[in-house]
Amino acid sequence: MSATLLLEQLINGLQLGTMLFLMASGLTLVFGVMGLINLAHGSFFMVGAYLTAAVTSASGSFLLGVSAGLLGAAAVGAVVELVVIRRLYHRPHLDQVLATFALILIFSEGTRWLFGSSPLWLNTPPWLSGFVTLPGDARYPLYRLVIIGVGISVAVGLYLLISRTRLGMRVRAGESDREMIGALGIDISRLYTAVFALGAGLAGLAGAMVGALQSVQVGMGEPVLILAFVVIVIGGIGSIKGALFGALLVGVVDTLGRVFLPLFFRGFLPPSEATDVGAALASMLIYILMAVILAFKPKGLFAVND
Amino acid sequence: MTDQTPSGTLPGDLPARPPRRLGRRGTVQLVMLALLLVLPVAADLLGHPYYVTLASRLTLIAMAAVGLNLALGYGGMVSFGHAAYFGLGGYVAGIGAYHAFDATAFMGMLPGSDNLLVLWPLAMLACGLLALLIGAVSLRTSGVYFIMITLAFAQMVYYFANSWPTYGGQDGLPIYIRNQLPGLDTQDPLTFFLICFAGLVLAMALTSRLMGSRFGAALTMARLNDTRLATAGINPYPVRLVSFVISAMITGLAGALYADLNGFVSPSMLSWHMSGELMVIVILGGVGRLYGPLAGAVLYISMETLLGGLTEYWQLFLGLTLLGVVLFARHGVMGWLAGREPHG
Amino acid sequence: MAEAVLALEGLHKRFGALAATDDVSLTLRSGEIHALIGPNGAGKSTLIAQIAGSLRPDAGRILLGGEEITGLSVAARARRGLGRSFQVSSLAEPLPAIRNVMIGVQAQAGHSFRFWKPAERDPRLIEPALAALARMGLAHRAWTPVAELSHGERRALEVACALAMKPRALLLDEPMAGLGPEGSARLTELLESLRLEVPILLIEHDMQAVFRLAERISVLVAGRVIAHGDGDTIRRDPQVRDAYLGE
Repeated sequence: MSATLLLEQLINGLQLGTMLFLMASGLTLVFGVMGLINLAHGSFFMVGAYLTAAVTSASGSFLLGVSAGLLGAAAVGAVVELVVIRRLYHRPHLDQVLATFALILIFSEGTRWLFGSSPLWLNTPPWLSGFVTLPGDARYPLYRLVIIGVGISVAVGLYLLISRTRLGMRVRAGESDREMIGALGIDISRLYTAVFALGAGLAGLAGAMVGALQSVQVGMGEPVLILAFVVIVIGGIGSIKGALFGALLVGVVDTLGRVFLPLFFRGFLPPSEATDVGAALASMLIYILMAVILAFKPKGLFAVND
Repeated sequence: MTDQTPSGTLPGDLPARPPRRLGRRGTVQLVMLALLLVLPVAADLLGHPYYVTLASRLTLIAMAAVGLNLALGYGGMVSFGHAAYFGLGGYVAGIGAYHAFDATAFMGMLPGSDNLLVLWPLAMLACGLLALLIGAVSLRTSGVYFIMITLAFAQMVYYFANSWPTYGGQDGLPIYIRNQLPGLDTQDPLTFFLICFAGLVLAMALTSRLMGSRFGAALTMARLNDTRLATAGINPYPVRLVSFVISAMITGLAGALYADLNGFVSPSMLSWHMSGELMVIVILGGVGRLYGPLAGAVLYISMETLLGGLTEYWQLFLGLTLLGVVLFARHGVMGWLAGREPHG
Repeated sequence: MAEAVLALEGLHKRFGALAATDDVSLTLRSGEIHALIGPNGAGKSTLIAQIAGSLRPDAGRILLGGEEITGLSVAARARRGLGRSFQVSSLAEPLPAIRNVMIGVQAQAGHSFRFWKPAERDPRLIEPALAALARMGLAHRAWTPVAELSHGERRALEVACALAMKPRALLLDEPMAGLGPEGSARLTELLESLRLEVPILLIEHDMQAVFRLAERISVLVAGRVIAHGDGDTIRRDPQVRDAYLGE
């Protein structure tokens, strides 16, 4: 286990973490402000990736593609909010779960119908495909560092938005007292649409960027969605700070676990068994972490009083 | 085994109940059961074993949903991880058959078995224990946290099954010869269907009896107003935990039968899609209704078979139907066919 | 001197810098109605929550029938005989009134892990429930869903639910809340008739009811008991007049 490997995997973990933050922040914002649990969030991730792939191959510009992915996902989010989501705010959580599960089915099958089952082509653009030299003479893909950079910018941007702007003030007010904000005459339905679209856009951005790393296919958003839920449960549903902390924690623990647990077991088990046990444990690690945290803090680490 | 309005008067100056007769609800229920029994038998006699197997599949999905309905519908616990029990039941059946076939032992200790009289209690025991562990932790949370934590625990089981190569890992585990019941030919489609039918009827009868008992009254109150329950002197947590465990055992038994039906068990039985499908079936049929799971399963399998024959994108229409039901027809199929429940 | 059925000894509860309950000691004797009054924000709800068991005091003891119940859960205290009604009715709305009462009878009859025998028509549950309802004048509404009951009927139902548990002490949190003069008068009479059966710790704002019903009155202001005595004593106490009029 070399220091270079550790550093490389740490950065991988950060990259996964920042991408998870993009997903989790939208989820937690929507729950914090509107009290709504949205299973279809992963579909926005997928929509962002698909739009990016389609626009990039049509226009040849990756930047154009990513913008299309972000804005397109936000637009889709706004439409979904207007047509479906706003009927669900006062419904019990079960109804919200089922309705948004229905949306997953609609989005997945709809995408499959439009684009087919084979993955779409999306590569990192040449100007982002280089390598950066890390201490210890290792080469690390530039693109992944760019993702981290984008993630950090979004975190800072969100912080500024929430704490310094009027929209942010309304969001914070909405989080602490939903009924009050309506009584104050602020157009709450526009606020809700905006928040929902913002969350969707962030998910789309995550999908757009990750699409170049992995394949763009139907259902790509689902594993990410589950991880995002674990993140917001660990961080505290409704807390952006919690989402950031949880995302980085989950990203790093998951990445390091997958690499180092098999190595650890090789210390005292035969190699093939070590890989099996290590891999099995690594895939369960995040959930074990969540269960342990919830055992001590049932509402997450940075619980927002609801 | 249908709902009938009981006879006689009650102590005190209370309205007398009308004499025993089958109401609208009872009639619908009886017709559903009768059709479920008669149609596959007819199909078998006419030489269409495919439909018998389809009926078995429907029956087992309904039975799994009966289990979930106990926790979710009657108990108000939105478990998004019931696939864990469905799959675990399946794996018990599969692993038992695997070791019996090979004459090897599970973990080097437990010998295999292809005797269903051994495998079924074992499946229920395993699922009960898993539910006890998961429930003990999860039921300390509530609301969205409960939904998420049950989902997460099911994911744990899913990933674990996926990465344990001995029993197939991602590829799953075949059951080459269906497990046996002494005296019956489980290979025969109709016989196996009748076993599944018996399982469903038993599960529903158990649910009905349970919900009519003192325990059921406590569970109902736990769902409607757990503050009232505690103030009256009953702690909600053990009541919920026990219902959760029983519900998992029913779903687990359905899973064990399902694995034998298909001759195959794989991690997909543990996936969150499976959990979602079970929830969809419960809600389509009508949450907290005795025959809801059966009605929901009929609707689901019908869409899969009929629509699925027309388009491979049938799940799009399932999604639209589900959305429609949640937004506009909240009481599901049973609400539409049999009218509102008297109370609760 | 009658024995104390319920005793609070030196209860303390802080929320941050706020002392919601500040060294409160109080007894409830058998055969009496003891009223607890005080202006809004005095800490009455916090005190009730600690007695009932939904809030843990920082210090102090609570005894029921001489036995300490400070560490017990809400349900455990209820089983030991502490009945409680809520300021805002807490009932199962879709169920008939009698089902709400029956659950209390069921709890007193032993554990609820009975899975087989039907409970809905069990006379061993129905008869005591009907008796409790009759006590509160609600027998004719037994099978009506709670959602269809009037506000006054719900307040009476809350008390009936507590009575069905055969309590040793009753904790009534503003039972007159939201009732007009007729409703209050009726409920006052009903509570008067309960006095000899079960002692009542009555939290109330309705002064007419308080002075009519209570032998002893304690006045809670900013978490402390500032006055204690019978109706006349309290009426004349300058501190009490200050606390109420100064508000």
